[in-house]
Amino acid sequence: MKIEEFKDFTIQDYHHLLEEKKISPLELVNIFLERIEEGEDKIHAFLFVNEEKAKNEAREKTDNWPEELPPLWGLPVAIKDNICTQGMPTTCGSKMLENFVSPYDATVVERLKAAGAIILGKTNMDEFAMGSSTENSTFGPTHNPLDLRRTPGGSSGGSAASVCALEAPCALGSDTGGSVRQPAAFCGVVGLRPTYGRVPRYGVVGLASSLDQAGPITRKVEDAITILEVISGKDSRDSTCAPYPPFSRNEIPSLEDIRKIKVGVPREYFSSRVEKVIGEKIQEALGKLKGEGVELVEVSLPHTDYALEAYYIVASAEASSNLARYDGVMYGLRVEGEDLQDMYFETRTLGFGKEVKRRIILGTYSLSSGHYDEYYLKSMKVRTLVRKDFEEALKQCNLLITPTTPSFPFFLGEETQDLYERYTDDIFTIPSALAGLPSLSLNCGYEGGLPVGLQIIGGPFEEGKLLGLALWLEKLLALPSPFPELKEGRGQ
Amino acid sequence: MSDFTTTIGLEVHCQLLTQAKMFCRCSTDYIGKEPNTLVCPVCLGLPGSLPVLNQKVVELALRAALALHCQILPQTLFHRKNYFYPDLPKGYQISQYNLPIGIDGFLEFYSQGVRKKARIRRIHIEEDAGKLVHEGAFLPPGTSGVDCNRCGIPLVEIVTEPDLSSPEEARDCLMMLRNIVCYLEVSDGNMEEGSLRCDANISLSSSSLTGVKVEVKNMNSFRSVYRALSYEVERQRKLLEEGKPVFQETRHWDEIKGVTVSARGKEEAEDYRYFPDPDLLPFSLKTEMIEEIKSGLLELPLEKEERFMTQYELSQGEAEILVQDREIADFFEDTLRNFNKPRMVCNWIVTEVFRNLKELGTTISRAKITPSHLAELLKMVDRKEISGTMAKSVLEEMFTSGARAREIVTRRGMALINDEKELENIVKEVIEKNPQSVADYLSGKEKALQFLIGQVMKETRGQADPELTRNILIKVLSSEE
Ligand SMILES: [Zn+2]
Repeated sequence: MKIEEFKDFTIQDYHHLLEEKKISPLELVNIFLERIEEGEDKIHAFLFVNEEKAKNEAREKTDNWPEELPPLWGLPVAIKDNICTQGMPTTCGSKMLENFVSPYDATVVERLKAAGAIILGKTNMDEFAMGSSTENSTFGPTHNPLDLRRTPGGSSGGSAASVCALEAPCALGSDTGGSVRQPAAFCGVVGLRPTYGRVPRYGVVGLASSLDQAGPITRKVEDAITILEVISGKDSRDSTCAPYPPFSRNEIPSLEDIRKIKVGVPREYFSSRVEKVIGEKIQEALGKLKGEGVELVEVSLPHTDYALEAYYIVASAEASSNLARYDGVMYGLRVEGEDLQDMYFETRTLGFGKEVKRRIILGTYSLSSGHYDEYYLKSMKVRTLVRKDFEEALKQCNLLITPTTPSFPFFLGEETQDLYERYTDDIFTIPSALAGLPSLSLNCGYEGGLPVGLQIIGGPFEEGKLLGLALWLEKLLALPSPFPELKEGRGQ
Repeated sequence: MSDFTTTIGLEVHCQLLTQAKMFCRCSTDYIGKEPNTLVCPVCLGLPGSLPVLNQKVVELALRAALALHCQILPQTLFHRKNYFYPDLPKGYQISQYNLPIGIDGFLEFYSQGVRKKARIRRIHIEEDAGKLVHEGAFLPPGTSGVDCNRCGIPLVEIVTEPDLSSPEEARDCLMMLRNIVCYLEVSDGNMEEGSLRCDANISLSSSSLTGVKVEVKNMNSFRSVYRALSYEVERQRKLLEEGKPVFQETRHWDEIKGVTVSARGKEEAEDYRYFPDPDLLPFSLKTEMIEEIKSGLLELPLEKEERFMTQYELSQGEAEILVQDREIADFFEDTLRNFNKPRMVCNWIVTEVFRNLKELGTTISRAKITPSHLAELLKMVDRKEISGTMAKSVLEEMFTSGARAREIVTRRGMALINDEKELENIVKEVIEKNPQSVADYLSGKEKALQFLIGQVMKETRGQADPELTRNILIKVLSSEE
């Protein structure tokens, strides 16, 4: 079979092919390895392609074809490089961990493997997930397969690009303030950030522990459901993971009930900050729902403007502490110095990039005595207010719909004049992350070949409703899945 | 010369007796283990690893907090204490901070026969760091390594108010504290092996001078706590009397030189940037859990001591010696179950049993003797089947072979001679052989009688009933006159 034939495939479709033995895991892996080979010098979605092991694994599976196939059996999956994979590099896009090979699998990886998935490789990302373009990767940026001059978004840009270019049928990313949803939006694919505590964080290298959630990046909403079923559920190794069973598609209401859902449209997300076309595309999608009889209500999330500042303080504070372990003593980069202090300085000076250093300094400052109350504590209070905003809004409706990003993917290498401007790219994905709510980005249309992401936000652990609406909306929009020709320019 | 008041407060770290470490399942049994063999991604702080609190840690800490009469906070959490050091793999230590498990408690103890009380400011839970290793087969010369076996071992830190007024009191308070944690099976309290570590804050003040707090560290035994603090009292007194200032600083006790040395260079106050650990959820201590632990609390040393004094009519000194080790106290009471003469049992334990334990270098739980076997031996002494001297030698054998008293006595043919006729014959022989002593006795020298009894004992290899021997001797001697 040829890669083009998989353009509109869901994971279920691969599963059926494998069940009917119309294709073998080895053939499947080889097709994707070929596609990677073909696309990588343009896209650079992968930091590591697990060629040998993936082939061996696929061969092994081909030779031992079971009667009953586990849900992801034989399916190649790409993994963001901050998710630990045993025996493979886990660099977090940083020089600091350039040679680090994890001795263990993250819980999510363990679960993917147990469901039969084959790890295809590790995908590029902004260093330690700090950034929204992959330009902060030590190993060079990833290019947006839909327009190679542009960013695929970040920090899970490699995962989103690999799925968009069909170098992988699906991928895992991680979302701290939008790192799954924003690149999904920029690459015209689906990105789901589950409720905080829905998916175990064990083995997902911590940026900001109270915000990090791993989530699927897929070509269809259906696939996000399949992956979520596999990776979610309580984990005895993560105390912050909720003691609930794995998500099940049985939690998704019937179409009849979905039609009755009341959709909230938060006023603050349609300000002048949003590019006009994006706003229009979202309104078009909302119009479609309205046409189907869905009730739309305008709601308000008054603390939206403060969420950004609070987020950067909380996330940087946690990151400054989480990144303290990269000190050159036990693993990762070590630059020898004259004494211990010197070794610390040299190692961290050379090992970390600019953005990481910036946030460590910011975080250290906001935690230091004398500033703690003013910054960290205050931000935590803002966080509570943001959460309450959502609680209030979700009393008036069941789900919220917003744009995922205020703008289209920018050009790579574009001089970042204003850092604050760059940070505001995450303005629509940050608030629900701060509130720990499940949020999904879905392509709702193209403008000049560039996709527009639509975000659906739900109440805690209400992925069922959220995914139900997403499935339906996807069907209503009936957009083609991306299959880019990998040209410098615009094209689907 | 002015009068100075000494003020001492203690900070005691106690390793909790759990099987597994605080946040992972690695074993805590690190003594004598090869470096870095009891480690996993969690205690090594590898990227992506997360801590999960071992509930046993909370239970043990709660036990200690309740025994120290602390107020238990309904909700508590863990903070991160951030600092860089090679023995700290994560770059932060997980520790309780402003919401410790217990606050405002107290501890009672005896010092030089007087009952004292030290208030407990707080007791909190924290994880231990690793150990720097500077030499070893696997290390190239001139380099250092880190052994992470100890990383993540659970500790409680117990902080007293500065209520102790002398080095003696500090030592006695610490001994009681150790006793309590051992009693409750919260810690093994071993200072040499580092499972109990004590730092002290000490200051001298007078009516005209406020005290300056000096922190003393590196005291590895009760004796060194006493010696270090005594040294510090003298050092500070001398400075003050000479009108020189005492600096607020940390000083290390040098056991060999017998002095405290200023730990210069770490004077600047470090900013640990404490913040709640987002990897762990705040946890609440349910009233039922507190009540359950409270009701399961074993009798504490001081309570036991008081009960021994009233129930068994022992002196404070006697009771104190018995309760110092819970196993000894239990051994004492178990012996009484079969032989209810508390005084006698107490005397035998604190003299003979202790002597044998010391000679064999063992503890009562590891010794071959059981309480019922000791009771059997003492019963024989009490019934005058054997003499005290014989019993001592029998006890020795009981300790080495584990045999029972009756068995040893029978095998050695040691039953007490209490046949009057037989004894009278021996007495007569002795009198014949010792005319001088007889004459002495008859001339009123009571001491000579003791000598003659001894001679009878010698003849019978100690098997003569001492009372009967005495009576017969007096009877026969009086007929000599
Ligand atoms: Zn461990």
